[in-house]
Amino acid sequence: MSLLQSTQFRPDPSTSTTRRALLRAWPEFQNPAAWLVALILVIMPLIANGFFLIEIFATTLILGVIALSLMFLAGYGGMVSLMQLTIAGFAGYMVAVFGVSGNANISLGWPWWLATPMALALATLFGTLGGALAVRTEGIYTIMITLAIGAAFYYFTNQNWAIFNGHTGINTVATPHFWGVDWRTDIAFYYVTLGVAAICYFAVQYVSRAPFGLALQGVRDNPRRMAALGFNPNAHRIAAYAFAAFIAALGGVLQVWNYRQISPGSVSVGACIDVLIIAVVGGITRPIGPFIGALIFVLLRTFALDVLIKLGLDGNRFRLLIGLGFLAIVFWSSDGVIGLWERWRRRNASSTQRSGGGRHG
Amino acid sequence: MDSVAHRLSAVGASAALELRGVTRLFGALAALTDVTITVRPGERRAVLGSNGAGKTTLFNCITGDFPPSSGTIRFFGEDITQFPPYERIRRGLRRTYQISALFPGLTVQDNVYLACRGVSRGRFSFLRPGQNDALMHATETLVQAVHLAGVKDRRVAELAHGQQRQLEIALALAGAPRFILFDEPAAGLSPTERRELIEILTSLPAHIGYIIIEHDMDVALRVVESVTMMHNGRIFKEGLPREIESDPEVQELYLGGGHE
Repeated sequence: MSLLQSTQFRPDPSTSTTRRALLRAWPEFQNPAAWLVALILVIMPLIANGFFLIEIFATTLILGVIALSLMFLAGYGGMVSLMQLTIAGFAGYMVAVFGVSGNANISLGWPWWLATPMALALATLFGTLGGALAVRTEGIYTIMITLAIGAAFYYFTNQNWAIFNGHTGINTVATPHFWGVDWRTDIAFYYVTLGVAAICYFAVQYVSRAPFGLALQGVRDNPRRMAALGFNPNAHRIAAYAFAAFIAALGGVLQVWNYRQISPGSVSVGACIDVLIIAVVGGITRPIGPFIGALIFVLLRTFALDVLIKLGLDGNRFRLLIGLGFLAIVFWSSDGVIGLWERWRRRNASSTQRSGGGRHG
Repeated sequence: MDSVAHRLSAVGASAALELRGVTRLFGALAALTDVTITVRPGERRAVLGSNGAGKTTLFNCITGDFPPSSGTIRFFGEDITQFPPYERIRRGLRRTYQISALFPGLTVQDNVYLACRGVSRGRFSFLRPGQNDALMHATETLVQAVHLAGVKDRRVAELAHGQQRQLEIALALAGAPRFILFDEPAAGLSPTERRELIEILTSLPAHIGYIIIEHDMDVALRVVESVTMMHNGRIFKEGLPREIESDPEVQELYLGGGHE
């Protein structure tokens, strides 16, 4: 076949270049379902009561943000980091340590607008240093190093009383209060988490198509070739850890505001692995995956107990359900729930095409 | 290094590529032994030799994919022996791979854009390129130069083999290359595609030199002005294409050896 033959594939002339570029850049803008979901999320306080707003949706968004940071590393960078929750927890601890809490002997009492940036900066630094260690390895060893960092941090918080207050943790952490609004009231806090989650989601989506994100995907696919194109693969990997750490830190700050306390239990190894499960169940190839995974996880965690008890089983077995679901999804779809959904849609599309004939894709 | 030798090598600064005593060991196996080559700027040279002669290892040492065990490599006078690959590439060295090393999950355009971005500023840019981005224009030009404009939005995994080879060349032409290493660019190409390849190679700007590894003599000897024969990791013979072609030792070793 001649190489020149291929030039006969012409793009559809009816769509202008600018419009095509826009749609390629922001695929969700042409998807009515995305608009519908966005609308529902915005008017959620009209539909849902305080319990659903915070315990289900705000919690989902927070866990989604933390899992999103893992999705960014794993999906675009090919680096599975188990320390993303640790970074989030570190940020949460720093909010409690630098800000105001019930433990006056530990907390420095800074106002939230000073404590929060400090927490974000320190957690990003923490994640970057951890990443600088982890990028020296690949695959299973990256997982082991980041898991070791997570485990070490968990035991450290348990044993350190001067800063982390040991196993009791830090309680009654103050939340922002300005412009006459208590931002921890249900509706206000829901909008804060929604805003942060939306910013993180679009930031990841945007960066994935920016030079940095493209180069990261190049490093994931073929680091040797990237070096032969002039890129420093490890520098890109470390920068990816820094970016992901910042996102995880945002999630961690929201989490400590949500629960108003933080203790070693929040950064346990089990919780670190939950983040991996959330990301994998949702799907790690696209930024929406972690949020879907988080919703499934939170719904199961909240309601599986009642369902199980109704069925006459031990309510604490909700993890068994999650585990089975995890197994099923990993078994049937390497791309989580999104992968299943897309396959189902493709099959539907192809069957309508077969029956309907000339439908244009 | 004594000062006389140092000054001598400084005199040789006009060479595009200068290898001195390059040896590469894999355990006890010497893939390259004491290879010394000097290539002028703009010179086009073929490296011939049977499988296992050390041709690709030579490329890997030059680009730094794995460094030489001993010896020095100079690129336009600069000692790059200890440089990581990306530092060499940023200085104008380029290479293609024998087995296409592309990014199958990305589109043709993204592949070429990455290559353009890799040798310019803003490798870490968080801002997407706009419509008037200079590198986007460079990308478009390059995609057209290798006849891939019609498939620029397709993922590389969907391309035919010949198109992937074309893309491999496009990646090596990104930015301002000064010297390119082509590792069997014609492998697996149809006769038509080979003609197009020869056209691309011969129409490169005169200041861009290259070394090409190629088994196909029709391609190799038509696009070069000098030939280096390698055998068992050593330089076996150097000369003009017709000298090498008619050399009885070479014929016995390589051309007459029933190879292809």
